[in-house]
Amino acid sequence: MTGLASTGPLTRLALRRDWFMMLAWVLVTTAGVAGVAYWLGQLYPTAAKRDVLASAAGTNPALVFLYSKLYGDSIGALTAWRYGVWAAIFAALMSIFVVIRNTRADEEAGRLELVGSAAVGRHAPLTAALAVAVAGNALLAMLVTAGLVLAGQPAGGSAALALAAAAAGVAFGCVAALAAQMAAGARTARGIALGALGAAYLLRAVADTASTAPLTWLTWLSPLGWTEQVRPFAGQRWWALALPAAVAAALGAAAYLAAARRDHGAGLLPDRPGRAQASALLRGVFGLAWRLELTGLAGWIAGFLFMGAIFGAAGKGIGSVLGSSSLLRNEFTRIGGQTAITNAYLAAVVMLTGLIAAAYATSVALRLRTEETTGLAEPVLATAAGRLRWALSRVTIAVTGTAVLLTGAGLAIGLGYGLRAGNAGGAVTAMLGAALAQLPAALAVAGVAVLLFGVLPRACVGIGWAAVAATLLMKVFGELLRIPQWAMDISPFTHVPRLPGGAVSAAPEVWLSLAAVTLAAVGLGALRLRDIG
Amino acid sequence: MSNAIEIQGLRKAFGSTVALDGLDLTVRAGEVHAFLGPNGAGKTTTLRVLLGLLRADAGQVRLLGGDPWRDATRLHRRLAYVPGDVTLWPGLSGGEIIALMGRLRGDPQTARRAAALCERFQLDPAKKARAYSKGNRQKVALVAALASDAELLLLDEPTAGLDPLMEAVFRDCVQEERQAGRTILLSSHILAEAEALADRVSIIRAGRCAETGTLTELRHLARTSVTADLDHPARLAGVPGVHDLHQNGTRVTCQVDSTALTEVLARLAAAGIRAIACQPPTLEELFLRHYTTGSRETAVVR
Repeated sequence: MTGLASTGPLTRLALRRDWFMMLAWVLVTTAGVAGVAYWLGQLYPTAAKRDVLASAAGTNPALVFLYSKLYGDSIGALTAWRYGVWAAIFAALMSIFVVIRNTRADEEAGRLELVGSAAVGRHAPLTAALAVAVAGNALLAMLVTAGLVLAGQPAGGSAALALAAAAAGVAFGCVAALAAQMAAGARTARGIALGALGAAYLLRAVADTASTAPLTWLTWLSPLGWTEQVRPFAGQRWWALALPAAVAAALGAAAYLAAARRDHGAGLLPDRPGRAQASALLRGVFGLAWRLELTGLAGWIAGFLFMGAIFGAAGKGIGSVLGSSSLLRNEFTRIGGQTAITNAYLAAVVMLTGLIAAAYATSVALRLRTEETTGLAEPVLATAAGRLRWALSRVTIAVTGTAVLLTGAGLAIGLGYGLRAGNAGGAVTAMLGAALAQLPAALAVAGVAVLLFGVLPRACVGIGWAAVAATLLMKVFGELLRIPQWAMDISPFTHVPRLPGGAVSAAPEVWLSLAAVTLAAVGLGALRLRDIG
Repeated sequence: MSNAIEIQGLRKAFGSTVALDGLDLTVRAGEVHAFLGPNGAGKTTTLRVLLGLLRADAGQVRLLGGDPWRDATRLHRRLAYVPGDVTLWPGLSGGEIIALMGRLRGDPQTARRAAALCERFQLDPAKKARAYSKGNRQKVALVAALASDAELLLLDEPTAGLDPLMEAVFRDCVQEERQAGRTILLSSHILAEAEALADRVSIIRAGRCAETGTLTELRHLARTSVTADLDHPARLAGVPGVHDLHQNGTRVTCQVDSTALTEVLARLAAAGIRAIACQPPTLEELFLRHYTTGSRETAVVR
């Protein structure tokens, strides 16, 4: 039996399981890149208008940190500035999830043991996972190229941007392949790969923002820096594509070598033993829930702090970035609901923070359903814990976690903006209040998930996430899509006061809090009456 | 003594599939009761109703004198449960999970008592649950239940995944618990386990209790298999209560109802016995009888 026997059927199996998720990633990335190119063409049709945007965007360090350096002032170059690195990040995320899911996650769940007992080569599962990741990135490259060409961009630059993103995607697929050999748990493996992606992002961000030579060279150490160095629409440097290709080949080879040397089910990194005795913190259902959710919450907090600081810092001078484009100003004033551009920008950032916090709260609430379907809830509910306390343990974390996230985001946005604008104290107070004003709305969205968990458990995951997506889409595209006001009014975020700068009103906050409590209470009441499992 | 579990006419359907169709079950306090049936007979559903995880569609269910649905939390302090399919939190160690289950039951002393049991079951409590094999996950759940001070143990196929040595340890533990006065309801499809451990047995088929009683009582319903070498051919054909008769010259094998044993042995003695072997029915035979007749009926569901 060769090491690759049955790779074909395994590849088809992986495609069957993941085609939808991969297609969604590819389409979202394509729509983002092509949409930005089209949009910039509409907003800045003349070179003179683009010149204003380019000179402001290229010098705003927060935006350079967040997106990339700007090479040129064509629509293509601006698209590459705004979306080049982020398209690469999307491709990398897709690859990491697909590769881990089809290698370590299946191995940890025991599915690969069953598969491996058939006439399946030792390297077949890894090869199938990488093949699917490469196929996904190839599709992404094709669709992004086509989308950019359709948006009126030159073919050469379009292909360069698309290939740069796809190459980074493949490279991080190989990072994930190696991580899957190192860690015995899928969560750890995913963490290693995502950590590498985060490090790559930080390296290029520091290199782009730095002005002195030793630091600017850091960009050559980061696969996301190579994406920039391909310089799409600015005299493409095709040779830079060889860097991610070489890294992919090297890491892929290392993954194969590691796979050939390790035992099935084991990782190269030693699995740390746990404590033989439970600590006093693991006292009951609440202690258990905290223990299970704390790591995740810490990651979310880090993300909120980091992004909050960056987006806050970008607020200084946002007016000159937007320049004279009335359309783009309108975008911010619409979401932010105000006319003063800086306040509108900050309010829009805070609103998006609230929407993402709603996603966190929903994810924690829906973990109840996961515990139920995986059988983890059964032994807990067979003890004196009681259903209500068991469910409340997660709901409490959803509430406090969301409050902590919004507090952190408010502080970070306030500090990020205030330190650059020279008014840290005032900005922190204002942004903290603005961020916490999102809490009732975020919890009301998560309340839908709790309600359905009690009333319609089979549908709660689907509808719970649909509710999050609907509020996000309504906020971002609602008026663009001409959604009628009564439908917009269903979304809790329609009613949140536009802060900072808008009128502070307590009534909607009270109503939204009541709605959140009612939804959760009805859901928990129904949970007491239904079958478990 | 009172009954720990009383179930009468329990019905539970999931949509159109009927899982329990009028089940009766009585478990006396202080006994080890085996709950036998093939996969999908309704054993796990019954246990989940007893735990208040599922609500009965119809019928009476009393658990430790209470209503398992309404008084779930209060009753759960007095029982410990081992699920049939043990899932554990991958990031927690076995020791942490055992202590946690005790604390959740309101009994913080569980962890202290668990140390000796971990030793007996050769379980390393410092390992994370993701590193445990199926048998070791089973041991974590078993130790958590056995180390509790619960008066009732509900064990759903507790030896699934244990090796024979560990199975023996488990049997010793159950004997000790019985002597300590605990009530144990043990679901199983392994008949040897029930034979070795149970005071009384209930056999469940297609959501109903097909038979219940002590093993001695059930044996009355079964046939003894008789094999004999005789001096002369015996006349056994046509005797009421004799089944599956094979006569090959002076060698005879047959299945005999307990009511016909006297008659058959008298006829064999009259023919002159050189060698004889009589075997009491094993539970396997009891079991087979139920399911060979049952297989013609409707398909069983979980």
